[in-house]
Amino acid sequence: MKFDLTINKKNYTVDVEDGTPLLWVLRDELELVGTKFGCGIGECGACTVHIDGKAERSCQQMVELVEGKEITTIEGLSENGEYPVQEAWKTIDVPQCGYCQSGQIMTASAFLNKNHQPSKEEIRMAMHGNLCRCASYNRIEKAVGLASSQMQESKQVKV
Amino acid sequence: MSNTHSRRNFLKLSLLAGGGLLIGVGGLSNCSMPTSTDDLDFQRFNAYIEMSPNGIVKIYSPNPEIGQGIKTAMPMIVAEELDVPWEKVQVAQAPLSNDFNRQVAGGSQSIRQNFPALRTAGATVKLMLLTAAAKNWDVEVETLEASQGVISSKSGKKIKYEELIHDAVKLPVPENAPLKKVEEFTLIGTAVNNVDIDPIITGKPLFGVDYKEKGMKYAAVARPPFGASLKSVDDTEAKGVKGVEQVIQFNHKVAVIASSTWAAFKGKSKLKIEWDNLQDDENTDLFDQKMHETLRKGNLEEKITHGNFAEAKTKADKVIEKTYEAPFLPHNTMEPMNFFADVTPQKIRLIGPTQVPKASANVVAKLLDRNVEDITVEMTRMGGGFGRRLSTDYAEDAAMVSHLAKAPIKLMYTREDDMAVGQYRPKVKYKITAAVKNNELIGYQLQEVIVNNKGMNKGIAKFFPFGTVDHYSATSSNIPADVTTLWWRAPITNFLGFATESFMDELAITLQKDPIALRMELLEKAKGQKVPYSPERMQKTIQLVKEKSNWGNAPSGVYQGFACYYSHNSYVAEVCDLEMIDGKPVAKRFYAGVDCGIVINTSGAKSQIEGAILDGIGHAMYGNLELKDGIAQSKNFDQYKLIRMMDTPTIETYFVDSNEAPTGLGEPGMPPAGAAYANAYVKATGKRMLQQPFFG
Repeated sequence: MKFDLTINKKNYTVDVEDGTPLLWVLRDELELVGTKFGCGIGECGACTVHIDGKAERSCQQMVELVEGKEITTIEGLSENGEYPVQEAWKTIDVPQCGYCQSGQIMTASAFLNKNHQPSKEEIRMAMHGNLCRCASYNRIEKAVGLASSQMQESKQVKV
Repeated sequence: MSNTHSRRNFLKLSLLAGGGLLIGVGGLSNCSMPTSTDDLDFQRFNAYIEMSPNGIVKIYSPNPEIGQGIKTAMPMIVAEELDVPWEKVQVAQAPLSNDFNRQVAGGSQSIRQNFPALRTAGATVKLMLLTAAAKNWDVEVETLEASQGVISSKSGKKIKYEELIHDAVKLPVPENAPLKKVEEFTLIGTAVNNVDIDPIITGKPLFGVDYKEKGMKYAAVARPPFGASLKSVDDTEAKGVKGVEQVIQFNHKVAVIASSTWAAFKGKSKLKIEWDNLQDDENTDLFDQKMHETLRKGNLEEKITHGNFAEAKTKADKVIEKTYEAPFLPHNTMEPMNFFADVTPQKIRLIGPTQVPKASANVVAKLLDRNVEDITVEMTRMGGGFGRRLSTDYAEDAAMVSHLAKAPIKLMYTREDDMAVGQYRPKVKYKITAAVKNNELIGYQLQEVIVNNKGMNKGIAKFFPFGTVDHYSATSSNIPADVTTLWWRAPITNFLGFATESFMDELAITLQKDPIALRMELLEKAKGQKVPYSPERMQKTIQLVKEKSNWGNAPSGVYQGFACYYSHNSYVAEVCDLEMIDGKPVAKRFYAGVDCGIVINTSGAKSQIEGAILDGIGHAMYGNLELKDGIAQSKNFDQYKLIRMMDTPTIETYFVDSNEAPTGLGEPGMPPAGAAYANAYVKATGKRMLQQPFFG
């Protein structure tokens, strides 16, 4: 079956079976492999994308249900990794193996778009759903905090 | 699908055949980098170094990258001796090649065993460039100096490396090129970002699962429970799944070959398989019974005897005896097992995540009765290893399926395949007995029982506290089983460290000594003894963490636990600060003192310690895989708990200032972590943790 999808502000038509998770449409059909497969049951967060601005597990989103929605993947977050959350990830040198990090970044960026001045505890709660098997949690926590303060600063400059 | 074509091209460009992904580091990645390396006229000096007339230095990292950071650290060592600015360096993953020593990610040995070769590679090329400059200027090479990619003469002349490349590459390769003094290092010992950070944070193809090529098929494989065999399979429904192309049986497994990952997974789920010979003795409970029985009878195999422990026990005025127990653990890498194989009559190409490229080539050659010379292996970056990818089983399956299906195959594991038919940290129990007389330790006995030991415990008999006590005995016993076991981050020491260091804490309490003072005292006795570690270095490491953690002076409400362990050639001492919050004990902080000799990359090194401590306490608190009739009882992360953000203490890492040769860091931070936690926990609650997981 054919489905029309809007991903990273581009339109795609894909021919897949209904019931196919968005994750596999991205990875196998559209070569958007930044979204990672971790568990297939929505428990690990490696496949996190934004759907209409909200962080969602793409392994749990069937293709027929995301037609007409605005989908953003890690590839669409910025052109060259200059989104504040990505910048903070570089400053803190977060990744070890790096496999879960696109999901971490997508969770963090959706969270910071809603909560502009999160407390340490709110950051820890927001990131609790994303597994990092290398346990780079200390640095993830720091990077989310750094991104949030940088996003605040750039806002104040604009005002 | 209008955008698909260009993306396909991009993918091909990014994962360059032969060299893996080529990327810039430092600030270079944001500059105008040529998209094709063909234009750069790279001149190959040796297996590690290629240089372009435009100033870019390409350094090949020989060993597999699993997140331990060697793809950054190994090229740093080459760049240090070559003396080029890090910003000019591009790092590429080398494929399997006879040019390199031990292309293995295992045992925390990459840096330790390759440090001399990496230095020599850089220093040799630097000498060739100096020689080329000396010839140009008609001066003696000894009169010239090289620094940061520029050669200077005493008279003040300067020339850049890139202007000398074509002359230098033609020179004979010199032997015994001089190496820098440790004090002259400018890059080693600094904080450098993970070289793959840009592709990681922007989602570029990088990992094994990301690799694909035209015409490739996807395969998912159903595997039998441990010890069972395939009786029958009804594949009618599986073959009805759109995209499923073939169903193939091999070696009691069933492979579904399809045009996409999802179709392969879905097809596999529709297989109706009957297994034969389910093993009703492959049970966690039964293993526990057998292990306790072995320890009760005490007829274990002798590993080492020093003095006479039995006699010491009879003379003792106090005997302490504790048994520590650990379950099977799956590795649970975030990137499930996968591999690409293209088996043709002419050659075999293997591409994917492996910690052992050479062994992969060898076993596939044997499996398919082919010459190993016809096999190429390329390593992708890996989404974690933890020892799982020291096994070649999935590379073998990929090759066999490609051979049988007569197509290039990407073998993909579901998480359930990965967790439930894994290769586990063996289940193990340690019974430790101490004989105490006149408030001194006079005898120590370690009894070990392991399920399906594969010789992972070699050498551990002489670990601490061996050499510190007059009467010492270590014995071991194996319980054979069908369940596959494997090295798992810090093999054996991941739990032996816990058992030994928990017991030391008990001993300190019994002897009414400060836990750190007791270790210091015992290490004093080890000086001059034949032990595999340096007591002086361990003491220095302990002293460092003692100071940094403010040991013994913690504010009220903070309970401190201490543990230290020498393993995998590095020294680590840790203090855990635990607080009672809403009546519950919570690990708030960890302090780590580390002696791994010279630290190559301070950022990566700290990452390893941070990760190893959290991994250590995470698995100690929650990790548990149980078996029933050879079937794993946890199959995915809804049934298997890993540490997450809310459980994490903050970690402060301090390195002992050292000029000793560098040792590894992937593992040594882990063994003391669970014990430091448990030793704080007992102070806070009075409860001694003897079994992992602590919170089942």
